[in-house]
Amino acid sequence: MDAVTLLTVVVLSVFVGFEVVSKVTSILHTPLLSGANAIHGIVLIGAIIVAGQASDPWLLTVALIAVVLATANLVGGFVVTDRMLEMFRGRKAPATTTAERQPETAAKGDTK
Amino acid sequence: MNLLSPEWTALLYLVAAICFILALKGLSSPRSARRGNLIGAAGALLAVLTLFFSMKMENIPLILAAIALGSLIAVPVARRVHMTAMPQLVGAFNGVGGGAAALVAFLELEEHSASPWIRVAIVFTMLVGAISFSGSAVTVAKLQGIISGRPLIFPGMRWVMVLVLAAAAAIAVLLVTTGDGMWGGILLAVGLVAGLLLVFPVGGADVPIVISLLNAFTGLAVAASGVVLGNVLLVVAGTLVGASGTILTRVMAQAMGRSVVGTMFGAFRGGSTAGSTAISDRPVKSMTAQDVGVLLAYAQKVVIVPGYGLAVAQGQHTIAELAQVLEARGVEVIFGIHPVAGRMPGHMNVLLAEANVPYESLKEMSEVNPEFKTTDVVLVVGANDVVNPAAKTTPGSPIYGMPILEVGDAGQIVFLKRSMRPGFAGIENELLFDPKTSLLFGDAKDSLTQVLTAVKES
Repeated sequence: MDAVTLLTVVVLSVFVGFEVVSKVTSILHTPLLSGANAIHGIVLIGAIIVAGQASDPWLLTVALIAVVLATANLVGGFVVTDRMLEMFRGRKAPATTTAERQPETAAKGDTK
Repeated sequence: MNLLSPEWTALLYLVAAICFILALKGLSSPRSARRGNLIGAAGALLAVLTLFFSMKMENIPLILAAIALGSLIAVPVARRVHMTAMPQLVGAFNGVGGGAAALVAFLELEEHSASPWIRVAIVFTMLVGAISFSGSAVTVAKLQGIISGRPLIFPGMRWVMVLVLAAAAAIAVLLVTTGDGMWGGILLAVGLVAGLLLVFPVGGADVPIVISLLNAFTGLAVAASGVVLGNVLLVVAGTLVGASGTILTRVMAQAMGRSVVGTMFGAFRGGSTAGSTAISDRPVKSMTAQDVGVLLAYAQKVVIVPGYGLAVAQGQHTIAELAQVLEARGVEVIFGIHPVAGRMPGHMNVLLAEANVPYESLKEMSEVNPEFKTTDVVLVVGANDVVNPAAKTTPGSPIYGMPILEVGDAGQIVFLKRSMRPGFAGIENELLFDPKTSLLFGDAKDSLTQVLTAVKES
């Protein structure tokens, strides 16, 4: 990748990054932080690439540790964000009745 | 496998990058937030599959096993963690991501003889990734209560910090010019120490801002690792998180009335030592649960101010029931939610939503503050710093300038507290000694249960 293309990509990404989160309400700060946190877990791609090229056992071990860490970031990040947001479900919609909410609570109890 | 041509690979990575942008966009609005998160996850899955089908790789069984292991560790924790401990978990996930980025750059350094420019990116990734890793570890330890939430400073810390940064700069220059892999390990170690020194002095109440800042750091490290590996998707995703994380950090700091720079370096300047861990022995007025119940039952308008103590005691459901019972008696009940109630902005909304408190009765600070003048009783449950008038009156206080809930305007104030120990920020609350204030000591959930019984009986 040549330097100018790279710079273009970086600059445009910075503007997009600024733009998409500029109008977020404080209620969503925590889920947004958690979601952004999950996205940088995509460093898993990098970890897999280096693990796929590792030649000696010691470097392979380090690379595999990186894969484990990155996976934890990526997968765990999305799962915990989803759990947070699950709790917001239905509250915006006035149609949601208490009867609809009850089974949800029961289901949540089971997973604990 | 080599099934995908470079063009197809690039296209599929582009789709994944678009997914990440849509994810962040979706997460900014309550209605699309959950879908946004799922789109992000789908993008990540697509990217990983694309990688496996686009490159010839060794060690695939071991890599798959490592992915399985990472998921097996993270998923159960993410599913089972109490919502009260969620900020720590986000901090921990952020730290391991930074650590992974640092290791990726380290391995590139060891395996390939990179050009000097690429070595600049390698140095940046290792340093920032390592800082994010150890810094996040400190935030987790502070939030979990493993180490004190108060700023940890020692004499001469400023100079140690300067020394460490100078060492990091020197090693970075050596590494870029010589390309000698030996310096890689040393740079990682120095980065780890810098991360510790950076976060130790941060006071407990500011930890969420630091988590957000370190999240942006990890994003930048990931972007730099993309430069190292020549992978555009990593560059785009990392830069997106770095940029949006920076904005989010600023917005969060504003909601708490803090400046980001002041948060990171305030303790070095001194002045934030106004806090005290000493338990005050000044007289306070205490009240029985019976009295509190009667007081609430015959009030016209009650504002409940929930804080972290409520969440720790798992009292969300009890307080939701108390609100229901009071409303059935004709009492107007409002929840006054401070932006940083709990441990992070929006944390308390998540906790109360879990307890099925109706969205309409949750009011944000700007909405609820004018209501206090006409409020009979304010019930402060497990909150302290967010109602502390020192934020308005004591310029030397660590929380000075933070917007607070002005509960002092109400007719009567009842604090449900575990003890007289100061709050997370370690500052005494003058409001506790106000003649209008009464205290009910004990575990928030036990106290609430007793109050609930008293309300039902009266």
